[in-house]
Amino acid sequence: MSQTTSERRPTPTRRNTGPVGKAADWADERYTGSGLTRRALNKVFPDNWSFMMGEIALYSFVILLLTGVYLSFFYDPSMTEVRYNGSYELLRGVEMSRAYDSTLDISFDVRGGLLMRQIHHWAALLFVAAMTVHMLRVFFTGAFRKPRELTWLLGVTLLTLGIVEGFAGYSLPDDLLSGTGLRIAHAIMLSIPVVGTWVAYAIFGAEFPGTDIIPRLYIAHVLLIPGLILAIITVHVGLVVKQKHTQFPGPGRQENNVVGERMYPSYGAKGGGFFFLVFGVMAALGGLVQINPIWLYGPYNPAHVSAGSQPDWYIGFLDGSTRLFPAWEIRLWDYTISPLVWPCVVLPGIMFTLLALYPFIEARLTKDRALHNLLQRPRDVPVRTSLGAMALTFYTVLLISGGNDIIAAKFDISLNAMTWAGRIGLIALPPIAYVLTYTICLGLQRHDRQILEHGVETGIIKRLPSGEFIEVHQPLGPVDDHGHSALEYAGAAVPKRMNRLTHPGRKAKGFLWKVQDPDEVQDRSGTEAALEAGLETNERRELAGRPKDPEL
Amino acid sequence: MTDRPSTTKGRRPRTRLRRRVSGAIALALALGTVGVAYATVAAAATPKAQVASNAPSEDPVEIRKGRQLFEQGCITCHGRNLQGVQDRGPSLIGVGEAAVYFQVATGRMPVARQEAQVERKEPYYDEAETLQIAAYVQSVGGGAEIPTGNLRGSDENLAEGGELFRLNCASCHNFAGRGGALSAGKYAPPMDQANDLTIWTAMLTGPQNMPVFGDNQLTEEQKQAITNYVQTLKEQGDPGGAPIGRMGPVPEGLVAWVVGIGAIMLMILWIGAKS
Ligand code: HEC
Ligand code: HEC
Ligand code: HEM
Repeated sequence: MSQTTSERRPTPTRRNTGPVGKAADWADERYTGSGLTRRALNKVFPDNWSFMMGEIALYSFVILLLTGVYLSFFYDPSMTEVRYNGSYELLRGVEMSRAYDSTLDISFDVRGGLLMRQIHHWAALLFVAAMTVHMLRVFFTGAFRKPRELTWLLGVTLLTLGIVEGFAGYSLPDDLLSGTGLRIAHAIMLSIPVVGTWVAYAIFGAEFPGTDIIPRLYIAHVLLIPGLILAIITVHVGLVVKQKHTQFPGPGRQENNVVGERMYPSYGAKGGGFFFLVFGVMAALGGLVQINPIWLYGPYNPAHVSAGSQPDWYIGFLDGSTRLFPAWEIRLWDYTISPLVWPCVVLPGIMFTLLALYPFIEARLTKDRALHNLLQRPRDVPVRTSLGAMALTFYTVLLISGGNDIIAAKFDISLNAMTWAGRIGLIALPPIAYVLTYTICLGLQRHDRQILEHGVETGIIKRLPSGEFIEVHQPLGPVDDHGHSALEYAGAAVPKRMNRLTHPGRKAKGFLWKVQDPDEVQDRSGTEAALEAGLETNERRELAGRPKDPEL
Repeated sequence: MTDRPSTTKGRRPRTRLRRRVSGAIALALALGTVGVAYATVAAAATPKAQVASNAPSEDPVEIRKGRQLFEQGCITCHGRNLQGVQDRGPSLIGVGEAAVYFQVATGRMPVARQEAQVERKEPYYDEAETLQIAAYVQSVGGGAEIPTGNLRGSDENLAEGGELFRLNCASCHNFAGRGGALSAGKYAPPMDQANDLTIWTAMLTGPQNMPVFGDNQLTEEQKQAITNYVQTLKEQGDPGGAPIGRMGPVPEGLVAWVVGIGAIMLMILWIGAKS
């Protein structure tokens, strides 16, 4: 009989002291977690402010989970009719569903309930907003390119799930506004050709509104979708750890390393602090600014409707497309296609498909099959940047049109004029955005090249013997007879002012003042051994020609 | 280990004062942003005090004064005998004193300039003059009368008033009476400045695009309930904080992006400095 032996790690000889150290030893002897932990703690984060945006989304999600659990203690997803008898006088005696009733109780009779509700809702708005901003940064810097296509696809899934989750949550209180929203969602489902009636019936379980939809949405909102989101975030962030971060090109930054700060202690401290800052913003909004005041809306009643019944902002683009799209009814023999299909089913379908497939479309068009760990500056990829600007403009016109009645009422503009402006804008503005962005990108590129060749403007004016005034330029490298240097553009930021000269490719610029921390470098050759040994092999790389920090 | 933790290296000593100042600046920025957002978006108008509902008299002296005022201010558009003037103004025969009260007390009449919809503005006539004109118009053509007595009923009707308001009025005026857009440049105005009598006379006469809510549509008690609800809602505070216009999700989305994402962006840049 043969026997397989698997190697055991020798018991560590050097013992840690102190309660934390002992606890760590206790765990490590049994579960050998130190390798993983060390990897996590030693992970190097590139230091660029735009890399923090995924984190806002992550933190908002954590805040949503925490506040959501609190709300679930008091919310009752039931359509049973009750007569309100709580402390909000203006509704006392009104017939309403238990769902609406319990939401009123959370708002007026549960300690801290209103604050929790408001933080939860603001966090939801910020969650989707943060994902959107994060996605834009990934898009415009080309971080989605090979090998990160899957990360991008998961991201698009997260964004979609976030929107659906938000819509489900918004519907739970069963107030007049969300009920109107559900009714529209129902109409959109019905509009889907062939299967529409069946889909609507399957989801609502009865004629609209029925009594099943709120309990179903509740299960989706507190269990199914958050579970999915959590699982996908894990894979999504896991992939970022595994494949390591992208980074902007710069001195010492190559395709095969990551320059930045270690997870522990630098980045961890920063990230931990950042969580509380994000939480602070949401708590401040939740405490100071009223959101979704359902007691003003009243309980849902199919006979009632309010002017300005809008969805939350992330659904706004669909509302906008419905308002802009002409109400064409297409008749095929004895079958009519509802005008809702085009703006509410077909258009978002196309938008999200293009979004998901973009990395593959770009790779196909540029025939770029290489691996990319270095990011691109948006100006260096004018076509992609301009396409992005174009898509963003299209989306923004839809979003603004979703609130066009409010804008019309508040700014004294005719609603019809707003609708037509939206229609024309939707078609005319995106190409204009394309051309404009393209021009700006080329201009910025030219400026970079100019500085590399002629140097940075010093602000010093010299008068030549001939009487001519010239500005003295500080060249960035060795110069030839004509004072031109032959530096090649390397995809990194070019210093534009004299006081940035010592820090080419600086990391975060700093908002109030700048800092001069040295960078950490981590190898990208992702083998276990290299990672384990990462601590030892890392050495600081000085930039060529960069002066030593005075304090060192 | 070859490396010291990176944070201890190369950090410039920072004075406590500087840290305090930056903290203060950050706080001021945050508060300032919230404050500005509040001030710009929140509806500043607070409801006006209630009006004593003194009906116009049938005293011939008052009517004569009203006639004089009418001939000075209204005749160019509404004609010598209220029969109206082609392309200028409609006939006022039978519109009643309630219509005159609504139009004149809210400053809509006399019309200043022709637009898609005659606007509310500072009233041109004071309360007494308004009632004199109303008495005159009533004496010629009759019509809906200015209501008197208790315009709000008792507070038991608040919840019913809310239901009636959402059924009959919210479709144009929004759930909190904050107004909304109608087609072709027309709009249902916010009710911020409407007093009890304005609300009643609006329902009784149905100005411009607003339907008439006569006694067949809404009984007197129901009108009382609606008025009570609207006015109570206006006076009531907002338990959640700044109401940002009581306009629903559009201003909320705006605040989320401008204040929320804006503040977090500032923080990111600020953290960059604090590493
Ligand atoms: C510049 C022309 C103009 C002047 C001056 C003017 N009106 Fe009018 N008035 C109009 C027009 C136009 C309308 C119809 C608009 C509308 O639909 O409300 C109207 C409507 C009215 C109505 C509502 C009629 C209804 O059917 O409900 C009343 C009441 C009225 N006017 C009273 C007055 C009084 C009283 C004055 C004088 C203080 C006056 N108007 C001055 C042009 C004028
Ligand atoms: C079809 C839409 C519509 C409905 C429904 C409607 N209104 Fe109006 N309302 C209007 C319009 C339009 C005006 C502006 C009239 C004008 O300027 O002459 C108006 C004006 C008013 C004003 C005057 C506001 C001011 O201070 O200037 C009040 C008060 C008012 N409405 C109350 C009500 C009440 C109460 C109801 C429900 C019983 C109601 N309205 C239902 C369209 C509507
Ligand atoms: C639940 C929402 C999301 C969370 C919590 C989240 C979280 C993160 C985090 C923490 C990172 C690493 C830091 C960073 O690069 O910013 C990251 C990276 C990334 N995310 Fe997301 N993200 C979310 C949604 C999205 C969306 C909507 C997209 C795009 C459609 C996306 C695409 C990517 C990509 C491609 C990377 C790798 C970029 C790189 O390595 O530089 N993510 N995500």
